[in-house]
Amino acid sequence: MDRKRILIVEDSPTMRQLLVFALRRLRNVDIVEAQDGMDGLRKISSDHFDLALIDINMPVMDGLKLISLIRGEESLQSVPIVVITTEGAKEDRERALSLGANEYLTKPIQANNVLSIVKGLLKRAE
Amino acid sequence: MSSDRSDLLKQGEEFLQAFSRGAEFTKELLVENARLRERLAALEQEQADASRTPEEWERYRSGLQSRLDDLEQECASVRLRLQQVEEENQQFASRYLEVEEENNNLASLYVASYQLHSTLDLDEVLKIIVEIVINLVGADIFAVYLLDGNTGQLDIAASEGADPSAFPSCSKPGSPLSTALERGEVTCGDSSREPNFEEPIVCIPLIVHDRPIGLIGIFSLLQQKDGFSKLDHELFSVMGGHASTALFAARLYSQSERRLNTIQGFIDLLAK
Repeated sequence: MDRKRILIVEDSPTMRQLLVFALRRLRNVDIVEAQDGMDGLRKISSDHFDLALIDINMPVMDGLKLISLIRGEESLQSVPIVVITTEGAKEDRERALSLGANEYLTKPIQANNVLSIVKGLLKRAE
Repeated sequence: MSSDRSDLLKQGEEFLQAFSRGAEFTKELLVENARLRERLAALEQEQADASRTPEEWERYRSGLQSRLDDLEQECASVRLRLQQVEEENQQFASRYLEVEEENNNLASLYVASYQLHSTLDLDEVLKIIVEIVINLVGADIFAVYLLDGNTGQLDIAASEGADPSAFPSCSKPGSPLSTALERGEVTCGDSSREPNFEEPIVCIPLIVHDRPIGLIGIFSLLQQKDGFSKLDHELFSVMGGHASTALFAARLYSQSERRLNTIQGFIDLLAK
């Protein structure tokens, strides 16, 4: 299997470290971190990524704005996006999915859940 | 003309190769045939010998019967072993899940304590406590109270989900917050009830050297969070221990920094 590149866009260092811990259990994965939406946009636009994990509530640029910008860019339309957020309301989920997110996970996260979703999306994209 | 000749030679070689492969295969078949004939003859001989007298026939039959019994016994023991292996397999699978869960829990606890001790800046420590309570515990409305060294009162140093003025005071005697602080133990109530500022769901006293330095009061959980897991209780203990020392260390550091600056100011003044 080729090495996969995953981008984590999350302002909380605690969450980023936890996600890195979980994702490191996947083999052949390189993880890149971004601390807000703008940083995430810069990184995803300048490099290839096989999947992006994006938080919603972030400074500078929020996750929903980032998702809509990613989906507006033709070369990034096929990158699977997993939203990880504290917002558990149905309308928040629907909004993120309608903007182009592939999966929606609410905090506090279960590492196994994140792993199985990431694995599934990476496999589907192959 | 010469090309026809070479084609013909090539075809001839191919035919010879196919023929020799066929010959080898026929030879193998003949050998196998001979082996089977011998085996059949031996069995016929064995049966003929056995059927000569009733005693020999009986011996032959009982020999076969005993072989059959042995095979049945072996089959039963293999079945039993298979069942045992299946049970062991199930036990391993469930143990694997337990270990995996334990691993995830340890990762969360490690991240929480690592982050709490990653800085000596008081505001940063408070920010990390807030992050942990939101992201790892799943709290919606909560406040972090810190002891004011001058007044001896516990004031709100950080809060989420409501205006700081909405949170109750810790100094009210007999209130759940002050009781938890006096006892120095984490208290955990019914997580499903409606938010009530008089009745926190969780109280985590922050104590260093038996002296309370603050408290975390959780009044409501995120809507998707239902109840507390084993990890949550462990996180409460980590917060009680590590958040306290992290806050204590950050305060000491900022005090020493201030003193150092004052002393440096005096030295600079004297040097002039």
